[in-house]
Amino acid sequence: MKILVCIKQVPDMESKFKVDTAGTWYEKTDLAWRMNEYDEYAVEQAIQLKEQVKDADLTVLSVGGNQVKETMKKALAMGCDRGAHIEDDSSSDKEPFEIAGIIGEYAKDKSFDLIFTGMQSQDRGSAQVGILVAEQLDMSAVSTVVDFSYSDGTVNVKRELEGGVKACITAKTPLVVTCQLGLNTPRYPTLPNIMKAKKKELLSLPVEDLLKVEPRQETVKVYFPEKKGGGLVLEGDAAELADKLIQVLKEKTAVLA
Amino acid sequence: MKIVLVAEYRDGKLLGSYGELIDFADKMGGESVMFLVGNDTDLPKYDGVVYLADAENFGEYNPDAHKKLIVDLVGKEQADMVVFCHSSYGWDLAPRVAFALKAAQVSEIVEIADGLPVTPVCNAKLRRTVKVKTPQSVVTLQSGAFGLTEEPAGSPVIEKIEGNGEGRIEFTGYEEAESGGVDLSKAQIIVSAGRGVGKPENVEMIANLAKALGGEYGASRPVVDSEWVEHNRQVGTTGQTVSPKLYVACGISGAIQHLAGMKKSEFIVAVNTDRDAPIAEAADVFVVADLKEFVPLLTEKIQSL
Repeated sequence: MKILVCIKQVPDMESKFKVDTAGTWYEKTDLAWRMNEYDEYAVEQAIQLKEQVKDADLTVLSVGGNQVKETMKKALAMGCDRGAHIEDDSSSDKEPFEIAGIIGEYAKDKSFDLIFTGMQSQDRGSAQVGILVAEQLDMSAVSTVVDFSYSDGTVNVKRELEGGVKACITAKTPLVVTCQLGLNTPRYPTLPNIMKAKKKELLSLPVEDLLKVEPRQETVKVYFPEKKGGGLVLEGDAAELADKLIQVLKEKTAVLA
Repeated sequence: MKIVLVAEYRDGKLLGSYGELIDFADKMGGESVMFLVGNDTDLPKYDGVVYLADAENFGEYNPDAHKKLIVDLVGKEQADMVVFCHSSYGWDLAPRVAFALKAAQVSEIVEIADGLPVTPVCNAKLRRTVKVKTPQSVVTLQSGAFGLTEEPAGSPVIEKIEGNGEGRIEFTGYEEAESGGVDLSKAQIIVSAGRGVGKPENVEMIANLAKALGGEYGASRPVVDSEWVEHNRQVGTTGQTVSPKLYVACGISGAIQHLAGMKKSEFIVAVNTDRDAPIAEAADVFVVADLKEFVPLLTEKIQSL
């Protein structure tokens, strides 16, 4: 079985963001970078599947500059077999259709049985790339998966719908699965596995060889939303803050009466 | 401009979110038709043509078949835009339709500013204005960002669509949400734990504050996914929707899915170290503090009142 998992490196969402000089994305300096949270579940599920079927080869793919290799190494340390790094310093300027085009071009003659990815990225959040890859490769796709099992070419998944309801789905491989938070418990790489991962193949491929599509949209500007006034902001010493908040609750609500 | 609005149907019922699609079409100033895989016993209140495909034949989740129906309809109507809700149905189907139409897709629109769609970036900390370069476009709308001020009204002209309902994916049924346990929707006071609690042991301080206030404790999704708090205490789109007299969000950044579940609370207090956290938008009081220090202090003071 051949498995592909596609991951993205994103900033920690707790970071202090600034708009970049072009005004079309966030400034990339002074940020802590990590694996897109949704993709961690994708990597874990791909590894669990590999462990289940035994005879499997699992490739992790990421598009971006050299720094994304750090995140790819985590995926390798978790248990992926090899890495395909699509080297692209301007990946953040590309829209989902272009990113999907690059991945599709990479995957088209490799006969992957299953492709996993997160259902969306935490920064751009389009929720498009996984499904667009499937469309390009003429594979079927199921999104927003919170439960996954595989047996003999058949995949049973549950999709998460609104209100906590789940839809039960049966599909055949080849299949693209986009993963929702909570699908599994992503493992932490162990020290021996981190050491082993250093010896795994991590091949860089120039994006020029794989980008065959034109962008269909562009970012006009990125900006901070206007803060909706009205909210009272309390700052200072924690004990004083507690007193202040109690005062506010007494004045504005009846809950302490 | 000609717009196709894609309404949703779940477990034999039309979803009310179609009103958001109508409001969006009004704001775009376009002429619209509606598409629905559903049933003629539950139809949208809408003054226009509803193209209705029977859910018995086409299934409630059957992306291959639904995609084909929508693409055919776009051709027939010579539509410029297809509009979905940014929902589990919409974000799954929209890219498939966009791909087939060779159209750009703009996801999770929160508003139209100067004629251009605006979408959230980085957990809604930033916003992005987008320009589409293709003649046709596919868009999804953030839940609650658009909506009619009044109940939808009107009676549609129904055009039934027949066709092939085959697809590669088999939908075998729904699994209901876990029930039982705590009904947070009835709680008057809720204190919720977010990722900022840091570790499972700290959930107790949230529960203690809730107890001191005479309320219940809840949690945001990451805390439930980490299994620090059971799912029946989750507040948000995929958990419970609550509207207590007081909601205290501790260490919750305020992802849209969480906000959707609690923004109707009468009074909202947020405790967070990150002043840029989107929860600030919903909060009546924003306490800039480390909850691990602040919450126990507050609990103690409330207990001694």
